[in-house]
Amino acid sequence: MKIAVASGKGGTGKSMVAANLAYTLSLAEPVTLVDCDVEEPNLHLFFPGPGESSEVTIPVPGFDTVACDLCGRCGEFCRFGAITVLRDRVLLFPELCHSCGGCMLVCPKGAITESPVRIGTVTVSSPIPGMTLVTGLLDTGSPLAVPVIGAAKARAATHPLVLYDSSPGTACPMITTLDGSDCCLLVTESTPFGLHDLELAADVVHGMEIPAGVVINRSDGTDQATLDFCAEHDLEVMMTVPFDREFAVIQNRGGLLCRERPEWQERFRALYAGCRRLAGVSP
Amino acid sequence: MKVCFTAKGATIDSASEERFGRAPYFIIVDIDSGAIESVENPYIEGAGGVGPKAAQLLISRDVRALVSGQVGGNAREALVAAGIEIFTFRGGSVGDALEQFRKNALQRSG
Repeated sequence: MKIAVASGKGGTGKSMVAANLAYTLSLAEPVTLVDCDVEEPNLHLFFPGPGESSEVTIPVPGFDTVACDLCGRCGEFCRFGAITVLRDRVLLFPELCHSCGGCMLVCPKGAITESPVRIGTVTVSSPIPGMTLVTGLLDTGSPLAVPVIGAAKARAATHPLVLYDSSPGTACPMITTLDGSDCCLLVTESTPFGLHDLELAADVVHGMEIPAGVVINRSDGTDQATLDFCAEHDLEVMMTVPFDREFAVIQNRGGLLCRERPEWQERFRALYAGCRRLAGVSP
Repeated sequence: MKVCFTAKGATIDSASEERFGRAPYFIIVDIDSGAIESVENPYIEGAGGVGPKAAQLLISRDVRALVSGQVGGNAREALVAAGIEIFTFRGGSVGDALEQFRKNALQRSG
């Protein structure tokens, strides 16, 4: 069972939902939480503890200056502009390379070989009993989040119960996170911006054919527009968390609502039951 | 010697374009013969990497100097590595820029 937690808008409470759901589940069965928000992972703030890190690398081309006759086909092929063929040598912009390997295929001289370049890390820790936390972290200055997300997800591939915490937005990182998920929770909030971006995110999960439900966070009680949207688009509102200063205080010091207010565990267990229903898994 | 001017249109009287990689047209003038070639930028809609791609276009056409408003980091690195001189020009037409270039009145930026 793989559950993705996503949203269009940032700051709606994805990590709050993912952290509390994972915490509640860990009390009953082993759960793996994967922080796929690799540009700014934050789940380790809720679940601190030592971990084991490994590097994430991507292959980038290198050029054999003897074999290369500067024909320019690699540069013509590269749609990302990563290769410029000069009169006397080949210039590589490794940060533009998407590691497609196409330059190697089109080189008539076999002058291109790939070598690994580090773009980030994946850290695995066991912060509390029953929980494995996998954190992807993109190196500063590296633009390619997707391979780091893929590497983080791969570390949890064989685990039976996995939660993916997505980055905000609806672009490649979010799509990579959702890929292969059995269901998706879309977290939104009681603002026009929250609804606008929920619409975008709902479009993505619909396009990916991933069953999805909605969590309304920081609800001020006036969620009619969101409820209407969800009804129109066959999206079940699976949980509503009220706007509450105490919740914010708990959250801001890195606390967990479900640990400090255990009565919320039941709500999150119900949310999990809802996820299983969405995914078509028997309760 | 061939010099490239970034332009909003295809002709020498077009307004000059401040951007390099996303300039609509590259107008390449052979300073010695006066021959003019106008090249529509095939990378204008590209998602990324358009600077080095545009630099490659200039290198492949044996251009030795570029006159433009602003040249990004990757494009600049490729142009400098290729020995293409970069001159700054903003406002006015390509014709104006060409006149200033011939008078040696343009500021070199790379």
